[in-house]
Amino acid sequence: MPEQKFSGLPRGSFRFLTNNARKKQRMNMQDTSVFDANSPQARAIARLFYFDLAISAVIFLTVASLVVYAVIRFRERPGQAKPFQDPGNPRLETLWTVVPALILLTLLVGTAYTMKIVNPPVVHPAPNVIVNAHQWWWEYRYPQSGVVTANELHLPVREKWLLQIESADVIHDFWVPNLAAKVDAIPRNQNYLWLTPSREGIFLGTCAEYCGRQHALMGIRVIVESPEKFAAWTRSQLRVPGKPAGPEAERGAKLFQEQTCMNCHAIAGTQAKSTVGPDLTHVGSRQTLGAGASPNNLEQLTAWIKDPQAIKPGCNMPSLKLTDSQARDIAVYLEALK
Amino acid sequence: MSEESPAQRPISSLADMKEYRGIFSWIASVDHKQIGIMYIVSAFVFFIVGVGLAIAMRIQLMEPHAHFMSPETYNQLFTMHGTTMVFLMAMPLLFGVSVYFVPLMIGARDMAFPRLNALGFWLYFFGALMIYFSFMAGGAPNAGWFSYAPLTEKAYSSHPGLDYWALSLLVMGAGSVATGINLIVTVLTMRTSGMTLTRAPLFVWMTFFNSFLVILALPALNAALVMILADRQLNAHFFSPAHGGSALLWQNYFWLFGHPEVYILILPAFGVISEVIPVFSRKMIYGYDFLAASTVAIVFLSYAVWMHHMFATGLSYLVLYVFAGSSMLIAVPTGIKIFNWIATMWGGSIRFTTAMLFATAFLIQFTIGGLSGVAFAAIPIDWQLTDSYFVVAHIHYVLLGGTLFAMFAGIYYWFPKVTGRLLSEKIGRLNFWLMVIGFNGTFFGMHWLGAAGMPRRAYTFLDRPPLTTLHLVSSLFSFVLAFAILVFIWNVVRSLRNGAVAGNNPWDAWTLEWTTTSPPPVENFEATPPARGWRPFWDFRKKEETDHD
Repeated sequence: MPEQKFSGLPRGSFRFLTNNARKKQRMNMQDTSVFDANSPQARAIARLFYFDLAISAVIFLTVASLVVYAVIRFRERPGQAKPFQDPGNPRLETLWTVVPALILLTLLVGTAYTMKIVNPPVVHPAPNVIVNAHQWWWEYRYPQSGVVTANELHLPVREKWLLQIESADVIHDFWVPNLAAKVDAIPRNQNYLWLTPSREGIFLGTCAEYCGRQHALMGIRVIVESPEKFAAWTRSQLRVPGKPAGPEAERGAKLFQEQTCMNCHAIAGTQAKSTVGPDLTHVGSRQTLGAGASPNNLEQLTAWIKDPQAIKPGCNMPSLKLTDSQARDIAVYLEALK
Repeated sequence: MSEESPAQRPISSLADMKEYRGIFSWIASVDHKQIGIMYIVSAFVFFIVGVGLAIAMRIQLMEPHAHFMSPETYNQLFTMHGTTMVFLMAMPLLFGVSVYFVPLMIGARDMAFPRLNALGFWLYFFGALMIYFSFMAGGAPNAGWFSYAPLTEKAYSSHPGLDYWALSLLVMGAGSVATGINLIVTVLTMRTSGMTLTRAPLFVWMTFFNSFLVILALPALNAALVMILADRQLNAHFFSPAHGGSALLWQNYFWLFGHPEVYILILPAFGVISEVIPVFSRKMIYGYDFLAASTVAIVFLSYAVWMHHMFATGLSYLVLYVFAGSSMLIAVPTGIKIFNWIATMWGGSIRFTTAMLFATAFLIQFTIGGLSGVAFAAIPIDWQLTDSYFVVAHIHYVLLGGTLFAMFAGIYYWFPKVTGRLLSEKIGRLNFWLMVIGFNGTFFGMHWLGAAGMPRRAYTFLDRPPLTTLHLVSSLFSFVLAFAILVFIWNVVRSLRNGAVAGNNPWDAWTLEWTTTSPPPVENFEATPPARGWRPFWDFRKKEETDHD
């Protein structure tokens, strides 16, 4: 397939997708199919879906073969007598009313049974993670540990966690097809989602409710890891970063305070405390930028700081009109925040 | 109509109608046939526009990370595509066919309120122009055809596109209610002698009940539109959670309208199928009572299923159970119809005209659309698939593979009556096969796309094997579908210019519209035969075979 046929964007913003790294990245990516279930919740849904598909296939084949048979068998033939005028047969018609109703009843029973497994009602919510959706990124708060992060959700494997889903602005929807049902994120409202990831790995999801300009690039990356790794990650996220090391990082830290960065972002241990945009305290430890819009490395972060609109057109971070070296200094500073 | 005098040629095409000459005869018309034609032609023009928008979107989605258009443009396109196809194409097309044929099928001279009929059309026409004017007034609406709050609040969408959207839908909604009332009164009061309600053709039945859906569902939308306009223009807070409003209130209002709307779009199509299949199978409709009664069931149930659009919003278990049950229940009366239509074909003597081909494809494709709909009633499946491409596949199987295929059957069936000329059957078959291939090729893979994790309404997507391939295949087939529409236009133009003269009753059909000339005179009938059964014209011609009770 020809690559970048319609590419009109300057500065090769998507270069990472067109080089060899692309194939490699594709290999590491989890298939986001709903059938590739990696939690008991998603497995229960997939089972119900298979059941539904089987029923649908039987009904479809019945209807289709009746139609095909009628089309072949009852085609007009020369010299044919006028067909018998059959006004209907209530008994037969009752049959094809009752039989589908009974089939649907079995599906309804399966539905009720699966609902209980997938997302039972939450009586006394004590969420493990609070997911707060923003235009167009995700904020994750872990109330027990106090960790605050963005776009990449870390979860310990094989633990049943409760996610509380809410929104800071418009309606969004939290959807990770491999792991769980989708749940709307609604402003001034709390929804809940149980999920028990059954294996380690990276699972991709996305916002599923149309939420404005950059609905498409509002990715979710769930990183499921062993309890030890998860504990280590939690500890690292709680660490307050030290002084910037090296002249570039020092200049970057200064620029971060002088420019308008801190109007929207927070970095622990500094003056920057705003929660409008993603918390950047440990931004260097994340795998992607802009809610999955690009991979996170020094080059991409520099490009992002220089002109986020080129990578994620329409996002809320403006182009700050920085020079190349200023953008790089800030990027060096931020990349060191692991 | 064969009395030929040297001064008066027999009327065999619209151009022969001296009452229809000049643009003023159309603008000032209160003739239900002219209004019907204006509805259908306008709907078709907007259909072409809607297809154009769709093709632009399919080009953008041909490959991951394409930059054929900006996200903002894409968002305007899908909003306008949905709005156009539902409100500017499908509804007026159905209204057009209804106001044209309901009076003819019941042996009436015109609608009960001819001027109200004209008002309904012009409200639609100018409402439609107004929403397209928004492109020149700062940008088209960009919040999707159901425009969920609070994205539609001024805080998140400040340009005037959404104001145009709300105003224009309000204007068209008022016109729709007027036309709905008009159709109900017409069916109740204007039937020819002997045509009791239980002898009315099924198309009339479906339209009649559909009109109740229209007049009871549209007010919910109109009310919500007034509220969102108040929010945007007067700083009211109906849907603004930050000020104590409710985001979900909009969804409840919209789907209280929106789900009956789906049936508003499909019931007249059921009516068309119920006319076309019997005529071309040479058999009376099988189980008239079941078909009519199941329509009534659909009308009632359609008001009790709207929350299945909201299963992911965090409803209580009780609400979820009730709406899962009702949503599955509504599949039953719909299934009855499919089996009754097949039973009508059974034992018949089927002539595969283009109209019948479209009706047959409808049976298969609408069944797929119905079955994918049942998946959404099974709540946990809905939790995975709602707002994904599976929904896009589902609505297109219902509204394109269902409604539009049925309307094409109707157009090929009734075109000779309206224009006096037959459409070419040869081009018609080409049109049909291209459309079947284009439609299924474009949309069948979207079921898989949705299950593979592709959310709807995204202007681009990540490069992952199934997504990239499936999007490309869908885009390529969409060009076939667009080409099929061009073939249809070619057929229409060709037929209007020098199509074969149709005569009064080219299909040997049996409802009253076929007793008069093609096109019908302004007064419709010189005399109507009394209806003694379901097929008045059949009874009239073949007294010994009458099927009246």
